Amino acid sequence: MSDKDQPVAPGPAASGVHDVPSDNPLLQVKNVTKSFPVHTTSLFRRDHEFVHAVDDVSLEVRSGETLGLVGETGCGKSTLARCIARLYDLTSGSVTFDGTDISTKSRREMRPLRRQIQMIFQDPYGSLNPRRRVGSIIGDPFVIHGIDSRGDRKQKVQDLMELVGLNPEHYNRFPAEFSGGQRQRIGTARALALRPRMVVCDEPVSALDVSIQAQIINLLKDLQNDFGLTYIFISHDLSVVRHVSDRIAVMYLGRIVEVAPASEIFENSRHPYTRALLSALPVADPDEADRRERIVLVGDIPSPTNPPSGCRFHTRCPKARADCVKTDPQLGRAFDDGVEHVTACLHPLAVGEDLSLSRPQIEDSEILRAPTNPEPETSTGGMP
Amino acid sequence: MSLDPISLSEAVEAVDYTGQEPGTPEGKIEGRSPWLLAWQRLRRDRVAMISLVLIILIVLMAVFAPLATWITGHAPNEQYRQIGLTADGLPKGPSSQFWMGTDDLGRDIFVRIAYGARVSLLVGVVATGIAVAIGVIVGLAAGFFGGLVDTVLARLVDVILCVPFLLVAIALVSITGPGLSITILVIGFFSWASVARIVRGQVLSLREREFVEAARSLGASDRRIMFVDILPNVLAPVIVYTTLLIPVVIVVEATLTFLGLGLPPPTADWGGMISDGQAYYTTSWWFLIFPGLALLITTLAFNLFGDGVRDAFDPRSDQLLK
Repeated sequence: MSDKDQPVAPGPAASGVHDVPSDNPLLQVKNVTKSFPVHTTSLFRRDHEFVHAVDDVSLEVRSGETLGLVGETGCGKSTLARCIARLYDLTSGSVTFDGTDISTKSRREMRPLRRQIQMIFQDPYGSLNPRRRVGSIIGDPFVIHGIDSRGDRKQKVQDLMELVGLNPEHYNRFPAEFSGGQRQRIGTARALALRPRMVVCDEPVSALDVSIQAQIINLLKDLQNDFGLTYIFISHDLSVVRHVSDRIAVMYLGRIVEVAPASEIFENSRHPYTRALLSALPVADPDEADRRERIVLVGDIPSPTNPPSGCRFHTRCPKARADCVKTDPQLGRAFDDGVEHVTACLHPLAVGEDLSLSRPQIEDSEILRAPTNPEPETSTGGMP
Repeated sequence: MSLDPISLSEAVEAVDYTGQEPGTPEGKIEGRSPWLLAWQRLRRDRVAMISLVLIILIVLMAVFAPLATWITGHAPNEQYRQIGLTADGLPKGPSSQFWMGTDDLGRDIFVRIAYGARVSLLVGVVATGIAVAIGVIVGLAAGFFGGLVDTVLARLVDVILCVPFLLVAIALVSITGPGLSITILVIGFFSWASVARIVRGQVLSLREREFVEAARSLGASDRRIMFVDILPNVLAPVIVYTTLLIPVVIVVEATLTFLGLGLPPPTADWGGMISDGQAYYTTSWWFLIFPGLALLITTLAFNLFGDGVRDAFDPRSDQLLK
């Protein structure tokens, strides 16, 4: 979809007076890092440690596409989403939306841009104010941005409710009177009220029943077709992401390890972590399920306060080699992949390579964290 | 395809998303607000309802205190030395003329209790109002902004809570002289700290909720988030605390007047009447008992009503009542 199909948002901040070339990405994330300070306070001293939730992430999202963002819980995908929506300030790096760098804008400057980037939240129970009526929740965007008179507003809100498949008569109800799926529709209506160009969906269906998930996903897809929306779709559920995404980015421990068109990720994944994620997907056919490779990752996801040296996945990677401990791989094309498909791995998987047969070839003592952790290993030696 | 994950697409296509989800009761469209639900629970609470009726009666008594004068023909500060005192100059007991007897100056205790309700309720409501207003704003600001603002305000709350209230009140009143407004201000100023503490605690957890983030992503200002998104969610505990603070304030006001620091005589005031009556409790029980009962019934009614309100806002109490 070209940029010209977009419903041009009339916001004053739309710097798109000049024509943006269609191959220009709508959103450009460059070297974004977000760390949260963790205070370990004892009585006499205060240590500052940092959780590097998102570490040097670069991404591009084109107008009208859906970029899926997958990864384990705690890998930083929600933090990245909130950095893009500027709910968090970046520690470093930049986010460029439609040619405008939004990473340094103040809250006041950000306000007109909010009309173009909206967010749908994960928890349909937590994201709606329990003490307010649905009509005023969906009408909030109009009030905040001072659009329309009171009478028009009600009509608009009811139109929105109809659009997302809610009964407009339920205008005066409270969130507690709706089911999870209906609440997610309310959240969707609120996000779409200002006709944004991009919607960041932070696990919009992971709190819902499977049958309701399908409803919401179809709704989101239809809305995308109708309004030419651009989605960043976050999920830990690969089958959901596959259904909605044009491209998929896989995150591990604050880094993006592989980006590729959706079908490429599933048929031709290069990164061992991606392959391991895929192998965890349930398969409907039990015979097929028995035959396919299953890669069980050992250990937990390492702490993002003190990430492993070199490739961050080397502590759990079945294909880890000695250089993985030392060298931090960058995103790049592996083998004869197209420009669209980039992988951050020193030893990417070839097509058809069976990862379950691989064994890590590094010393156990090397599978440790960065050298900043001087463990007194010899102290136990003296004990009988 | 080398891997075949469960295909969601078929499932997705099969579902018609425009359909209403099951379990949606049709017909009744008007939303049942959390307030309405709490009121419905409160209405089933007999003790709270009796207390509410008592509170309404006391309020009516205060509002229509001149009616007591009109019925009995006795003004609150009029000293009936001829008909209101015995030959020895002692207070007269309850009779058809003086329903609750007279005090040491021959004044009608019933009429004075009716007028005293005005003072008690006025101080109770206004001082509580001041305390709650300050407490909510300080608590909201401390909880919402956090950081330095929170540190300063939270320490201030600690300081206020540490101050020996009665001593400071005595010192203050000795400087300014007793009076209605100084009483209200002193009580209000020393009561907001605990409200602030309650509100701050609530706000600390509320501001991390996703609906606050949602408001922020819409571009809402801090002020709007504080008052439109967060405030309605802290109102329930604030209302409970308010109904429980009113009787405390009424007692504090009576205490101050009892000590001669509240309202100067001859203003009809329950605390002052108790103070005067204690000298006569051996000979004239009514002088002490009736103002005392008025104070007791009022504070008890507010306290029991506050308990009921607290239960009504607590969703778990629904099962307890059944």
